Parts: sequence; C-alpha cells; structure tokens
Amino acid sequence: MHQMNFAAPKTVAGAVKLLVQNKGRSKVIAGGTDLLVQLRMGKIKPGIIIDIKNIKEANQITIEKNGVRIGAAVSGAVVGEHESIKRNWPGVVEALELIGSTQIQGRASLGGNLCNGSPAADSVPALIANEAICRIAGPNGKRDIKVQNFVKSPSKTILKRDEILTSLFLPDKPNKSSSAYLRLIPRTEMDIAVVGVAASLTLDENNKCLDAIICLGAVAPKATVVKTAKKILVGKKINNDSLATLGMACEDTCDPINDTRGTIAYRTKVAGVLAKRAVQIAHTRILEKANL
Amino acid sequence: MSSVRTEELTRPNRKATEEENKFKVIGTRPVRPDGIDKVTGKANFGADIVLNGMLYGAIHRSKHAHALIKKVDVSKALKLEGVKSIITHSDLATLKPTDKNSNVNFFDLARNVLAKDKVLYDGHAIAAVAAISQTIANEAARLIEVEYKILKPVMNIKTAEKKNTPIIDKNIFTEGLKEPAKKPSNIAKKVEFLLGDPDKTFEQAEIVVDRKYSTQTVHQGYIEPHACAASYTKDNQATIWCSSQGAFMVRAYTAKLCGLETSKIKVIPAEIGGGFGGKTTIYLEPLAVKLSEKTGRPVKIVMNRTEVMRATGPTSGGTAHVKLGADKKGNFIAGLIELKYEAGAFAGSPVGLGCMTAFAPYNLKHVKCTGWDVLVNRPKAAAYRAPGAPVAAFAVESAIDELASKLQMDPIHLRLKNCATEGTTAPYGVTFDKIGHKECLEAALNSNHYRKKLKPYQGRGIASGFWFNIGGNSSAEIMINEDGNVTVATGNPDIGGSRASMAMMAAETLGINMENVKPIVADTESIPYSDLTGGSRVTFATGKAVIEAAEDMITEMCKRAAKFWKVDPAQVEWKNGKAICIERTDIEPMSMKQIAKIAFKTGGAISGKANINVKKGAGPGFGLHICDVEVDPETGRVTVLKYTAIQDVGKAIHPSYVEGQLQGGAAQGIGWALNEEYVYSKDGNLMNTGFLDYRIPVASDLPMIETILVEVPNPGHPFGVRGVGETPIVPPLGAVANAVSNAIGRRMTDLPLNPIKILSEIG
Repeated sequence: MHQMNFAAPKTVAGAVKLLVQNKGRSKVIAGGTDLLVQLRMGKIKPGIIIDIKNIKEANQITIEKNGVRIGAAVSGAVVGEHESIKRNWPGVVEALELIGSTQIQGRASLGGNLCNGSPAADSVPALIANEAICRIAGPNGKRDIKVQNFVKSPSKTILKRDEILTSLFLPDKPNKSSSAYLRLIPRTEMDIAVVGVAASLTLDENNKCLDAIICLGAVAPKATVVKTAKKILVGKKINNDSLATLGMACEDTCDPINDTRGTIAYRTKVAGVLAKRAVQIAHTRILEKANL
Repeated sequence: MSSVRTEELTRPNRKATEEENKFKVIGTRPVRPDGIDKVTGKANFGADIVLNGMLYGAIHRSKHAHALIKKVDVSKALKLEGVKSIITHSDLATLKPTDKNSNVNFFDLARNVLAKDKVLYDGHAIAAVAAISQTIANEAARLIEVEYKILKPVMNIKTAEKKNTPIIDKNIFTEGLKEPAKKPSNIAKKVEFLLGDPDKTFEQAEIVVDRKYSTQTVHQGYIEPHACAASYTKDNQATIWCSSQGAFMVRAYTAKLCGLETSKIKVIPAEIGGGFGGKTTIYLEPLAVKLSEKTGRPVKIVMNRTEVMRATGPTSGGTAHVKLGADKKGNFIAGLIELKYEAGAFAGSPVGLGCMTAFAPYNLKHVKCTGWDVLVNRPKAAAYRAPGAPVAAFAVESAIDELASKLQMDPIHLRLKNCATEGTTAPYGVTFDKIGHKECLEAALNSNHYRKKLKPYQGRGIASGFWFNIGGNSSAEIMINEDGNVTVATGNPDIGGSRASMAMMAAETLGINMENVKPIVADTESIPYSDLTGGSRVTFATGKAVIEAAEDMITEMCKRAAKFWKVDPAQVEWKNGKAICIERTDIEPMSMKQIAKIAFKTGGAISGKANINVKKGAGPGFGLHICDVEVDPETGRVTVLKYTAIQDVGKAIHPSYVEGQLQGGAAQGIGWALNEEYVYSKDGNLMNTGFLDYRIPVASDLPMIETILVEVPNPGHPFGVRGVGETPIVPPLGAVANAVSNAIGRRMTDLPLNPIKILSEIG
C-alpha cells in the first residue's frame, strides 16, 4: 500500500535537506491546486509532500533594487492586491488571476503554475514576456535561470530532484512599457487555456515600438516566444498593418496538438487573433499611463 | 393574473367569502425549512453517513467500450490485507429478460450495475470490493484482473445502423416494425405518432423548411456524486441510506436485484445534491447490500466524479430531421419529424417522449413523428429533466425560426398564429384543457427584453417548450404536536424546494403560519408508498395529498372541538386556523394550540392522512425563452448577453423557488447548447470525465437569468399548481441556437455550438 509523509520545513535549507533524503520520491506543495488533484486521481504517488508555505523566502514579496521578487508560493490573491506589481506588470497579474476561480486564487501560485510544467499554464507566457528569472535552491546553494528556460517539455522542468524553486524575479521595465495576457477558454473561468498569449511592449518617445516580446501558451509543447515579433514591431507604430504581420508570425510559430480542448487549426488561428489584441491592450495601457 | 377561488377547495362544510379568496401563505417567499442546514454544511447528503464497523466499497470498471468478459480474477485483490469481500454479477439475483415493468427492465438494470458476460461501455462496473479503508478498497479494485475479448465499439447512431455492424445485445430485435424483425439489431424500437394525413397535406404548403439537426450525449451534471451505505442484518433485513429521487424506487429496484422481498428493505433518504432525473435509478445500492450481506458489516460506496461521468446519467445525443410546411400567411399546415436517439448500451432512450413533445406547443392538424431507439456503446441513458423533449424542441424551434425569416415574420407572431390553446389536440392524442402557451408568447412580446436593440454580431433567439407534467401516487401525513405546531410528512425527496411548498400548502389549508409547520421527508417505513420525485409531479400531486391530509385533520379537529364543547359536529367549522361554533357567540373559537391541549381528553393524538393516485389534471407546462448572444467573429466564442425565461407556472406556491427552477433549467440548457458533450476516443474511451473538460456553465458564464411567471391556474389542482421543473430545459437549445444563427447569419444545426465549430463556420 502507498504510504505518504508530510513535512512543512521553515527554511529553504530544511526543504532541500528533505529533498536530498527522499531521493526523488518527494513532491513540493505550494497551493496544491494541481498537485492535490493529481494525487487524488492517482497520477502521482509521492513518498513525501514538502509544504513550502512556512518558508519565508517562498512566501513574501520583496521590492529589490532592479525589480520585484515574488516568493514561489505567494498566492494569486496576494499578488493581485500588490499595487506596484499591478502597475508595472499588469500582464503577469492578469495571467495569474485567470487561474481557477476566486477560491483557487487563495492558493494558486506563480511557482506552482511554473513547476507543474503545463504547456497551457496561464502565468508562464506572461512571466516569459516580462523576462522573469527563477531562483532555485539546491544542496550547492542558489542559482538563477530565465523562466523561458525552465520548462523542458510537458510536465518536465530543469529542476533537479533535490532542487526547489524559491522565488521569481521580475526585472524593472523602462518607463513606457506595459504588458497584457489574453487567453481563450469556452467558459469564463475554471478552465484551461485553449490558447494563451502574453505581450510585453515598450515604446519610444514617438510611440514607436522600442521592444516587444510575445509569448504563446497552449500552442506548442511549452510556452513559446515568437522570435520574429521584435523584428516585425520594433521601430514601427502599433497599427493594423504591423499587427497583421505579427498575427501571421504568431500563426507560424504555433505547433499545437488536437485534443479535447482544441484543434490545430483553431489554436493556430486564434493565437494570431489574441496576439494582436494583447499587443493593443499593452499599447493602450502605456498611453493611458503616459496621460496620467 | 387570475387566481384560484377557494370554492374550488374540495373540503366540505366550507363557504368561501370574498375575504377568504386571498392567499395568506401561498405566493409569499419565506426561507426554506432545509435552507440553514444546507448553507451551513450541516445537512447530511449521501456520502455523509458513517456507521459502526463500516466497510468501504470500490468498483472495478471496464476500460473497454465493448468486450466479452472471459475471466475475472480476484485472487490478488482478495490477498490484500483488509479486503473483506468481492462480488460480481453472479452474486446478484438471477433475472430473465422478461423481468420488467412499464418503467424498468430489471434484467438490463442488473447487467448495468454489474456487467454479466459482456462489458458494454467504458466504465461499466464489473466487480465491487469491500475493505476496511477506502485506500485499501481502491487498491483492491485496481488489483482485480479481467481478461477480455475486445469487440469493435459502436459509438454512434451512424455506425449502429450500418449493415454488418457489431451487435451490442443479441436479445434485441427491433420492436414496432410492420414486419417482425428476424435478426438482432442495434435498433431497439421504432415509434410513430400520426395525426391527420401529413404526407398528402404537404402538397398544399406554400413554404417548406426541411433540415437535419444533431446533438451530443450530455450529462445531468448534478454536483453530488452517487453515494449510499447499506447494512444487512442476520434476520435478512437491509437498511439503505442514500440520496436518490425516490426512496421507494430504491427499495423496489434493490429488492429485485438482490432477490429480496420489498418489505425486507428500509430506505432512509439523505439530502440530495441534485438529480435532474439522473437519480431516478440505482447503481450502487444492490452492490452495497450484497457486500454487507457477505461481510456482516455495513458498507458504504461513494462514486468519484470520473465514475459519475463514465457510468451514470447521461441523456441521449440524437439526430432530428424536421420538415415543416406553412401557407404564405404563416399558418402551419403539416409537420414531420424523424428522431434517432442514442439509448446507450441498453434499450430505452426517451425518443418516444421526443416524438410526443416535438410539435405539442402548436396547433397542427397533420403531423407525423417517428422515433428510433438506437443502442451504442455508451452508458445507459437515464432520465434528464423533460427526457427527450429538448432535442426534439431544438429541431422544431429552429425550423420555426427559419420559417419566420423566410416569411419575414416576427418569430413570436408566427408562434402566436399557430400556438396550441385550450381545445387543441396534440400529436400524441391529448386535447388540452386550460394552458398558457399563448399567454407566455404575449408576455414575451410585452417584455422589455424583446424590445431591446441589438448590435452587430449580436443575435436574438426565441424558442417555446412543452412538458406534460404528471400526477401519480403520493402520500402525506400530517399531525398536530402537543404544542399545537404541525408536522407534515411526505415520501418525496426534496430536490427543488418541495419541503417549503408542502409546508406552505399545509399552512394555507390549515389557516396558520408557515413557521408553525415542519415538513419532513419520511423513510420507506414511516409513510405509505409514493412514486419518485420526478415528472414535475411533487408540488402538484404530493401537494394535493398534503392539502387532503390537512383537510382530513381539519375534520378531526372540528370533531374534537365539538366533543369538547358538547355540540353537534355539524355546528363546528374551520376558519382562519380556528375551530368555531356557528351560531354560538358564547363559545370562544379554538386555536390549534388549544385543540392540541384537549387532544388527549377527546380521544388521543390528532393527525390526518391522504394516500392518492392522481391520474388526471396534472396540467401541461409551456414556456418561452428569449436569448441574446454576442459572437466574437475572430474566435467564435459566444457570450450570452441577456436571457429571459417565461413560463406558465399555474400558481407559484413559492415564487422564488419557481423562478429558481426556470433559471436552473435555462442554465442547463444553455450549457447543453454551447459547450457540453461527451467526447470519446476512437476506441470508445470517454476523454472528458470531469467538470474541467465537460463544461457545464459556471456562474460567471451566464447573465442574470430573468424570469416572468405567467399564472394560468391549473383547473386540476386546488391552488392551481402546475409542475414547473422540467419545461424550462426544453426551450434553451433552440433559443441559443436561433440566437447564434441570427448573430452570424448562418443556420447552426449541430450542437454544441462551441467556439471551434462556430469559427470554422464563419472563419
């Protein structure tokens, strides 16, 4: 019979020690909105569940010199009430807040959403578009890597079996920057993205595009940056012409599958549509901010 | 709106005055008696029962849609420490194909709760385990090994109908054909309803619409999974605790499958967390009883959501071919419909009801409705709110919408021109008494909603719906307690606020306040037999029993007062909750509190009862829904902007709960129309076994569903009640499809109208 232990260490070192001791039989829990479902469905049978909600670093938001650091277990509800994160990274906040429902928001976290490794994770494209950095702790200390390089394939991440994601760092943005995230679901909540698109945009003083990162979710084995987006948008005004070209580039980037949630043709087409809309929203947000 | 006059009350010795014609309790909105427990989590549902020494059950289910069972090996599972017993089909009573009544085929039911020699759908139960913990039971169920001979699954009607297709059940020979069938078939039955001579009359039609429609298998989506506990004792008696739509139904069905006399089983109803028809049958109870018999300990079995989706419910997906002819003025001349419904793996889809309801809202002299009941390797179809009607109505209401646009006529005016009224004979042969379809259409025309302007990519759809409503066997007992308060007991599980309406009808009849009446749902040994809660019959028929029981008690209370006053009982009348002695001003009227005090001195405790079988007068329900949608032209996603459900409810006993019924039916129908469907792999495995990918609407998906209660009192009920629970799921499929079709300018005929389907149509 399957037996399972539970531990809630108070330090990162304590959590790492448990991970080392349990040799890959551990599962780390933050909110558990994915993990508990997998456990109940019998998809996973861990020897121990390590709760990181008692670890300070994993559960706090800190304003640092060049950005903000969000603990891996901080819930969507907490991030959604943080004024400076809302102001500077609206795309990340709206992506995180789309996960689940009001009740789920009390538990769901950026760290959990990322570590679950789902190609359809809502917050991951938004983190990538905002060039977020993961902080990982292990037996040999800390290391930082880009969120973009964290997920390898569905359910697989670069985390080693004795490592833990402790926080995510969002680097500060230039003044005329904003972001947005849109997803398509048939319902309005309690659903998984059929397509998700995050856009991060920076304008120059003439409101021409200075920088743009577009990241697509649910249309490839992992969240995928539209490589040609920068080339298409930088130096141009955000208008129907530039957006039409962007939409086509997004369609070209898609490598989706057919499943119960969507077809290849549908996902590809809608990725382009949502990308155009997301860029427009980010654009509007920059202009509104400038007018304040 | 008119209201029923109290003269219509059947109690003798009653002279109504104008003053009395006003209802005191009926039509008000008190808090439901079961409400506090439910919102504070105190109410006990099916899974909440815990008994001393209780074991936990788990079920091994088929992973194949269609296969012969060659061998079931339970040896590994039995070796697991803590496993107490394992049963298979052979542990149930031996039944024959002829063991059936008008409602249920017990041979099929037994083969559904535990597969006999063949599995017929993904998730079909094969063996059940009892163990000392749920974890051990689950593990044991996993360790059961089944050897199969895999057969080709028959997953849809098209495959089922083909020549040389695999036969699901060799005992099935198509019924209802002119020539008796000679070979087994996947088509269980043909039904036909004919009125006039439609084939010939079509020649006179100036405009004809002719189109095919299709829908998918959908689940009732009740939140509470099936759950029960059973305790079998040494004297060969069993007690069952479970949530269901009818404790007497559970008792009768379980007794048959376990080979017990009905009276040896007692069923104690738990609170029910939704049924919508899906809990009018059994799945777990005979298994729990048999496991309890074998182990000598109580056994509880609770399904998880995956099991609910794979093996319970659903209602039929189907196809419909509608032909409707009219003259240039819009008068309907003739109608044809051919329906094919999936029955699941056992005969018995609601296709006959689909045929009977299809054209029922309209005055058509020439109609032919043909239905085919088709077996497929999907779960056995169970009742779902107005079984069979929504799919047929979707097709007919779409056809009428198309006709209206061809005629360039307002779709409500077109329906008004043709709607059934008092005296119209329906295609299934019944001539209607007072009905309210016309009044619903008029209310729609006068509504603010119908006048609201629409923008581009927005569309409005309207659709009517009909449901028979039924009466049936109902029992009620009512008693006065020592303090003068009243307890009213019925045998009908409260799935839609019936305790509130029973208490209100009792209070109204007795002339007291609702707070002084406590309604209870009694177990099978505490109240005489009652048919299950379904068919929109409880407020009507059981309500009638409650009124009669209250009148019975009034008669007794008057007698007791007469005895106490030493007057002739004929001199005592009941008025405003008191016994009064007529023509004697010196005698003070007696309240129920005072009568309670004299009860023991005048002959003992006081109660009333009524056991009735209501065969007539149920009063059909008609409704009309208006739906506004907006379609995102780039993604195909539909947003329901505004929705109004209008229905003739006879007389709303508790208007809030009647409105709730209309809103709930509309919500379920909108889900059916937009996103709900069973998705199977090509091997016949169900791919969306949870609410994540089986998308019933969540609260934020819907606007506030507005309601308009039209009250055309039912002459067959003392207070004018009509059943209201089922009619509201009939119009939404057509209303939504018409709205979407009008928004995008293309006729959408294949449900569900999910974003993918819509974008591929317009994109």
